[in-house]
Amino acid sequence: MSNKKILEIKDLKVFYESSRSFFTGKNIVKAVNGLNIDINQGETFGLVGESGSGKSTVARAILNLVKSNSGEINLEEENLLKLKGSKLRSKQKQIGAIFQDPYSSLNPRMKIKDIIAEPLRVQGKKDVEEDVKNLLKMVGLDNRMDNRFPHEFSGGQRQRIGIARAISTNPKLIICDEPVSALDVSVQAQILNLLKDLQKKLNISYLFIAHDLSVVKYLSLKIGVMYLGKIVEMADSETIFSNPMHPYTKILINSIPVPDPKIERKKKFIPIKGDIPSASNPPAGCVFRTRCPNPTSDCKDGKSEMGLIEIEPDHWVDKCCVNCK
Amino acid sequence: MKNNYKLLDVKNLRTAFNVEGKDVTVVNDISFNLSPGEIVGLVGESGCGKSVTALSLMGLVPDPPGKILGGEIFLEGKDLLKFSESDMEKVRGKEIGMIFQEPMTSLNPVLTIGKQITEILELHQDMSKEEAINEAIDLLKLVGLTDPELRINDYPHKLSGGQRQRIMIAIALSCKPKILIADEPTTALDVTIQAQILELIQKLSNELGTSVILITHNLGILARYAHKINVMYAGHLIESGTTDEIFYNPKHPYTAGLLNSVPRLDLDPNIELPTIKGEVPNLAEFNEGCIFKTRCPNPTNNCKDGKSEMGLIEVEPGHLVDKCCVNCK
Ligand SMILES: Nc1ncnc2c1ncn2[C@@H]1O[C@H](COP(=O)(O)OP(=O)(O)OP(=O)(O)O)[C@@H](O)[C@H]1O
Ligand SMILES: Nc1ncnc2c1ncn2[C@@H]1O[C@H](COP(=O)(O)OP(=O)(O)OP(=O)(O)O)[C@@H](O)[C@H]1O
Ligand code: SF4
Ligand code: SF4
Ligand SMILES: [Mg+2]
Ligand SMILES: [Mg+2]
Repeated sequence: MSNKKILEIKDLKVFYESSRSFFTGKNIVKAVNGLNIDINQGETFGLVGESGSGKSTVARAILNLVKSNSGEINLEEENLLKLKGSKLRSKQKQIGAIFQDPYSSLNPRMKIKDIIAEPLRVQGKKDVEEDVKNLLKMVGLDNRMDNRFPHEFSGGQRQRIGIARAISTNPKLIICDEPVSALDVSVQAQILNLLKDLQKKLNISYLFIAHDLSVVKYLSLKIGVMYLGKIVEMADSETIFSNPMHPYTKILINSIPVPDPKIERKKKFIPIKGDIPSASNPPAGCVFRTRCPNPTSDCKDGKSEMGLIEIEPDHWVDKCCVNCK
Repeated sequence: MKNNYKLLDVKNLRTAFNVEGKDVTVVNDISFNLSPGEIVGLVGESGCGKSVTALSLMGLVPDPPGKILGGEIFLEGKDLLKFSESDMEKVRGKEIGMIFQEPMTSLNPVLTIGKQITEILELHQDMSKEEAINEAIDLLKLVGLTDPELRINDYPHKLSGGQRQRIMIAIALSCKPKILIADEPTTALDVTIQAQILELIQKLSNELGTSVILITHNLGILARYAHKINVMYAGHLIESGTTDEIFYNPKHPYTAGLLNSVPRLDLDPNIELPTIKGEVPNLAEFNEGCIFKTRCPNPTNNCKDGKSEMGLIEVEPGHLVDKCCVNCK
């Protein structure tokens, strides 16, 4: 494993303006609110958190599908947010993407071979027939299937097609936004194994987004737990599970039922209260205080201070939370 | 709380859909039962017939293209398949409540939450408007919604996914049914909210004695909440037993395959996940023998020739498995 940094995100902020609120006029949704992430070559960073925490917005910002308000997104030491035109496009080509919904992310009127070849053709490559056959083989599909249309494939097969397309241009980094959330466990396992296998062969880095911690653990070296636009805890995968510090991380881990009845029966478990607050009006102080099982009176007053600090090597947690239960 | 009385006894249920002029049997000769207060899981891959089984019990299979071809569904000794549509309407809600797979589409967007609950209460429970409103508020309290007095005036779009699912549970419970069918009640929700909803269903089942059919493809959920588990594959019930038997002593290779392919927090992530190779067969083209033969890791020659015989037999008290599979590895 190398220590070459592929992606470095610094203090990223992405806000949406939604004019939904009729009375107050403009409504600012702070979807990503000061985010820092490093991903090394050949490694996976897992990003977890509840719906609405801002995970997909991070993905969209990296893929240049939304405008970032401030911060840096450095791909091999070049800040994408400072690049324009053809320079930006050529950098963006080094980033692939796989999305949750294999049904809607493939053009239904295109043949598989054209779907997979498209990114290559865009790069000006001709005679892609052989490449397509190789790619199909790499993702475990019968390469005689290349003349078929997406609707002739199952969900798992379509996700394989999406992966073939994503790796076609030899990207350094692939953004995987909930790539297995819509799949059955048996098929999910196939896709997870495939992603792992490709990473080993091609030395790709992944930003792997999911709301299921057990899936993230299976792939990731490092994990960031996101809540309301911020990472509240970050560490290597081992540490996150063996020594979680933030109450939110603890609750996330505890909420996942282990497929083992004896373990489950022994577990004492109180589910989290309430829903994630609106990102347009986040709580002052610790963003988690409205759902925290044990807030101090300072927390309740909104006086606790946010921001990650390193409590042991490579284990970062919100400073407001270093001493909380 | 649990006893052997069969509140619901499903026998040889068969349901088909007409696809391009051909009847395809998607629920194929299924038998299972449910005792009072019991939580029974129904698990299997997408498309294996879990929802159609639920719809069959509710008398809600869309006809055409769907049709119940045969079998019996005894609710307290009476066969629901012999009921008229108006009798079935009374059964729905009053005897069997259901939470549907998509909470977003099953609430009416133009009616307030309160209206959607009170309407049912006025209709089924013969309540006055005022009684119904008070009962609705109690129900919303029961499912843990804050400020129910205010919330009854809200429209569904104002609520989060988890809150909507709570409303669905309140509606399903509004007539105190004996049976609650929960079809993937938490699949679209976060693990945190999933835990809230399932704890709630378990609590209500304990307190009210409601029996629950819990449909899911998440085996972790069943480990935590189910007393018994039925495993479905391609329209067939291939194994059935107590939760412990299914988890610690699975007999069918499909059950074992499902269990092994789950990524677990407590296992070493560096070991490759076992998978079930291939996919569910196309039922319209499937011919004979063990339904799992196309994916089975160790089919015998007989299996490959389509000569193995389907149908559940009891291998240990309360543990049933496809007879073709009693001796398979
Ligand atoms: N185009 C948009 N306009 C306004 N607000 C948006 C827009 N897209 C997302 N949001 C808001 O930004 C926040 C973060 O959304 P995002 O999709 O990044 O969350 P997520 O963590 O990916 O959630 P999920 O698990 O549901 O996919 C949410 O509050 C969401 O409502
Ligand atoms: N209205 C319909 N018309 C035709 N076929 C249908 C219809 N509804 C369901 N089917 C078929 O019946 C089979 C069983 O579907 P069902 O919805 O019961 O699966 P399921 O186990 O609930 O899957 P999931 O986990 O995806 O919800 C599938 O092959 C499906 O295509
Ligand atoms: S800082 Fe306070 S409110 Fe926030 S997680 Fe810690 S104890 Fe809870
Ligand atoms: S009967 Fe044969 S094909 Fe079917 S599961 Fe058993 S060994 Fe496999
Ligand atoms: Mg998302
Ligand atoms: Mg279903």
